[in-house]
Amino acid sequence: MSLELINVSKGFGEGKNRSEVLQNINLKIEEGEFVAIVGFTGSGKTTMVKMMAGLLAPDAGQVLFNGRPVLGPSKERGIVFQNYSLLPWFSVLQNVMLAVNEVYPDWSKSQRMEHAKKYIEMVNLTPAINKRPSELSGGMRQRVSLARTLSMNPELLLMDEPLSALDAITRGTLQEEIINIWGATNKTTALIITNDVDEGILLADRIIPLNPGPKATLGPSFSINIERPRDKKALNDNEDFIKTRNEIIEYLMDMSNEMSLGKSEKYLLPEISPVMPGLSFRSTMSKVA
Amino acid sequence: MKAIAIRFFSATGMKWGIPFVKLFSGEEVLEQFKSIAQTILIPILAIALFLAAWSFGARQITTSLGQVPGPAMVWEQAQSLWQEHLVEKHKASEFYARQDARNAKKLSANPNAKTTDIKYTGKPTYIDQIFTSLKTVFMGFVIASLIALPIGVICGLSKTMMKAFNPLIQIFKPVSPLAWLPIVTMVVSAVYVTNDGIFPKSFIISAFTVSLCSLWATLINTALGVSSVHTDYINVAKVLQLSPLKKTFKVLLPATLPLIFTGLRISLSVGWMVLIACEMLAQNPGLGKFVWDEFQNGSSQSLARIMVAVFTIGIIGFILDRIMVELQKKVSFEKLAV
Repeated sequence: MSLELINVSKGFGEGKNRSEVLQNINLKIEEGEFVAIVGFTGSGKTTMVKMMAGLLAPDAGQVLFNGRPVLGPSKERGIVFQNYSLLPWFSVLQNVMLAVNEVYPDWSKSQRMEHAKKYIEMVNLTPAINKRPSELSGGMRQRVSLARTLSMNPELLLMDEPLSALDAITRGTLQEEIINIWGATNKTTALIITNDVDEGILLADRIIPLNPGPKATLGPSFSINIERPRDKKALNDNEDFIKTRNEIIEYLMDMSNEMSLGKSEKYLLPEISPVMPGLSFRSTMSKVA
Repeated sequence: MKAIAIRFFSATGMKWGIPFVKLFSGEEVLEQFKSIAQTILIPILAIALFLAAWSFGARQITTSLGQVPGPAMVWEQAQSLWQEHLVEKHKASEFYARQDARNAKKLSANPNAKTTDIKYTGKPTYIDQIFTSLKTVFMGFVIASLIALPIGVICGLSKTMMKAFNPLIQIFKPVSPLAWLPIVTMVVSAVYVTNDGIFPKSFIISAFTVSLCSLWATLINTALGVSSVHTDYINVAKVLQLSPLKKTFKVLLPATLPLIFTGLRISLSVGWMVLIACEMLAQNPGLGKFVWDEFQNGSSQSLARIMVAVFTIGIIGFILDRIMVELQKKVSFEKLAV
């Protein structure tokens, strides 16, 4: 058992402004499993991944990692943020070294340097090793972020919509890189948050939809039984792929329709009678007269 | 060559030089003429208009020290101040030459003779006074930064500290240097009793008063900057579990540097503004004392000489500001590049 969420709920704000984002989230991720969570924007995916990383604490329920409750961030759970979160005043190497220095303080400087360079090579960024993030494209920045997280050798790799800010072609290349690296690193337990069902199917062993919020819950789990290594182009003709994909999309559309139907009943317009300034003025005047 | 020249002009803040460089290299001639007209002709015209209005206005008023000086008189006095400086320097070098000759003569007669080593004690010239002022403001600025930066970081890190310091900051921030000066004078006189220390008393009094007035901008900007560092950077520090010290030096301070430099820039310009008043009252031999002495002197050239000081103060203030802007550009990272 690697990561477990038991009846986790989370909301923000107080009193009238309170909004419940997630409710009764139950999730188990086995060791070595690659899970994808797909959902609409604003349904609380980032909140969920932040709780897994330990950056947020749940209001109710428990987040367990290897059987122990998660109380704060830890180096064994690496996270790749959606917006890269690189430090702009550091070069690519320095950004990765910041993580390596923290995780392997006992190593010699040259050992750490080599380790960092190994991961930069893994994401094909060796030519840009001394560049600053501002000199890199979005895809390259996300690669640095990936290298930084992987260099920590985390037991659990959390990815919060790592590719959603990228263009389609870069996205495709990076998907392949992620899956190759994941295979090369002895299949670390991984969780990716995404809004792209195809991406989820390409990468993961299991896809779990997150129903639209507020009070979002997890949907049923869809297993992907397509053999690895998966080829993105070949996948388009794979019957399993088409079937699973349609099932998931149908499920998501149904959930979304249900939500919007529920919503339209809630918003009743208040009864408003228009006030005509001219008229009311005249009527008051006539009363005075 | 062209690229180097353009970089030089933009780094020194003399952007008006760029179209000339481009013009000489034959790049879009008409465009360059337009640019020259805009960046040079219009400012020159404005200055000419100002000088004319000044010249005309000055003639209308006669004070007890004679007519209010026009541009021509001020220029004359600027030249005479420079001449006085040269004469004084010449006198000093002659004095030292005489002393050296005397000593050499003594030594040749008796190798064990005691040589005299007297410092030349002529009155400080205008140029000396400018340098004294610069030294004073620099000292005050350094003291202010050394106080404001650590307190600012602490206030930015802890809401409790911010709440504790905030009332004090708000109350002391608007106090005029003239109110601080008597207090600083008394305290420095009580604490710094030697008369032959490294720094003269008046220098220390002025420098401390300058720092008391100028440290607030740096303090507030640093606190604001540290407390508003982007959550992405904070999250990185959290996930990597950086120690508080590492978090401060690797994440918080680099992220805050642009705002800190804005604070330092305001501090330096406030310090320079305040310095003149301090020097007047503390009798620190800088530009402030020069203005005061000329005012007390009351000769027919006094007003013109004070006007020279006004322009000097303005131009130096402008140069200091440009230096800070360039430093700020050097340390700033691109905000958009997260």
